[in-house]
Amino acid sequence: MPEPGNGHAVSISRLEKSYRDWPVLWDLNLALPWGATLALFGANGVGKTTLLRILSTSVRADAGTVQIAGRDLKRQTAAVRQRIGVLGHRSFLYDDLTARENLVYYARLYGIANRDERIRVVLRRVGLEHRADHRVRALSNGMQRRASIARAILHQPPVLLLDEPEAGLDRDSRQMLGDLLTEWNQEGRSVIFTTHDIDLGLSWSQQVAILRTGNLVFPSGNVGEIQRELSNLLPGRNTP
Amino acid sequence: MSRFLGPVATMVWKDIVLEFRSRELIVSVVVFGLLLVVVFSFALDPTPAQATELAPGILWVAFAFAATLAMNRSFVREQEAGALEGLLASPVSRDAIFLAKAAASFIFMLLIEAVLLPAYAVMLGFSAFSWTLGATILLATLGFALVGTLFSALAAQTRSREIMLPVLFFPIVLPVILAAVQASTRAIGGETFIGLGRWLPLLGVFDLLFLVICPWLFTFIVEE
Repeated sequence: MPEPGNGHAVSISRLEKSYRDWPVLWDLNLALPWGATLALFGANGVGKTTLLRILSTSVRADAGTVQIAGRDLKRQTAAVRQRIGVLGHRSFLYDDLTARENLVYYARLYGIANRDERIRVVLRRVGLEHRADHRVRALSNGMQRRASIARAILHQPPVLLLDEPEAGLDRDSRQMLGDLLTEWNQEGRSVIFTTHDIDLGLSWSQQVAILRTGNLVFPSGNVGEIQRELSNLLPGRNTP
Repeated sequence: MSRFLGPVATMVWKDIVLEFRSRELIVSVVVFGLLLVVVFSFALDPTPAQATELAPGILWVAFAFAATLAMNRSFVREQEAGALEGLLASPVSRDAIFLAKAAASFIFMLLIEAVLLPAYAVMLGFSAFSWTLGATILLATLGFALVGTLFSALAAQTRSREIMLPVLFFPIVLPVILAAVQASTRAIGGETFIGLGRWLPLLGVFDLLFLVICPWLFTFIVEE
């Protein structure tokens, strides 16, 4: 349930995070409107995952304020957790439960009404209904990733936080995920995802940001200009 | 209340299903416990009178080591595939997560003890069917589960968790072991609840203390 009355879907002000003496993020600001997807680029180790982990309440920021769906991350943590869907590098699933059992488990934790129907819908949405009753350990990496996507969208969160969501997905699965993000935006929900794939990032998003030296840079212009700017700002990537 | 107990029941259900599918915890700990009593029995070769004196100590050495082995697995499953991160990103309170993990460990340990106790009773020659002994085991196991769950969460975040857990666990749980041995000695000797003296209430006090402190500390351990 998007909450467009509450200003921005995600709003970050003067965020700072260091690991001991190693500053990762500082004076970071972001305002993501409802119904928008932000693709977050950046070289390895610049803090993309740290930023997503702060937004997903797994890591505490040193300073700054974050609001997600109008809820303050520090003071209304449980309300924020109810309103975000998280897809990390790892599956967050139990290998010895089936895909369906994992979804039942998370559905109960999130207190989802019409649980069975909702699980059927998300399994169909990620194309996993025929393997739903197989244990996760018996699924391929790509299928496990799709089960993770199903878990992330299960409670219909207004904000999705995806860390390199395309990793391990084949072309059809990437297409499925791209379509899902489009639907997500059309319903007024918002998405932040990290990626190293410039073409995919640009095709899935309306906003682009590069995390560089602890702060966000927002390239502007048409797609070609953004691609050139991204290639210049991201080391080791060539202009297509 | 159901918003708290519902997720707790769900997490306990999940742990039970996972254990009965993998059977890696209960089977290995029961085998370890049975080996221990066989070794003690043959090494000490106690007379019936000695056996009654030695039984409580041997019993709680076995239960304490079994608890350590069981606890080692408690958070490892959550760490595999990052399930703990998924759990922590959910709206379930940290208290509920702690109590669910402790409840699951309590159930597993009681199952293990239910298998080991009759075997120990037969090998060491004492009666396993005693209300006082049952109450002692229940209260001491609850203490093990609460403290063990806390330190299992802490140890799971370190590289040498198999070593870290006993190092952290035993000093804190030592008063529980001592009280359990004293209460068991009297229970095996045929004493009534009154005859157990202060040891059973002491176990209850430890449990209450751990029930308050451990969930509170758990929140700090799992947050970053």
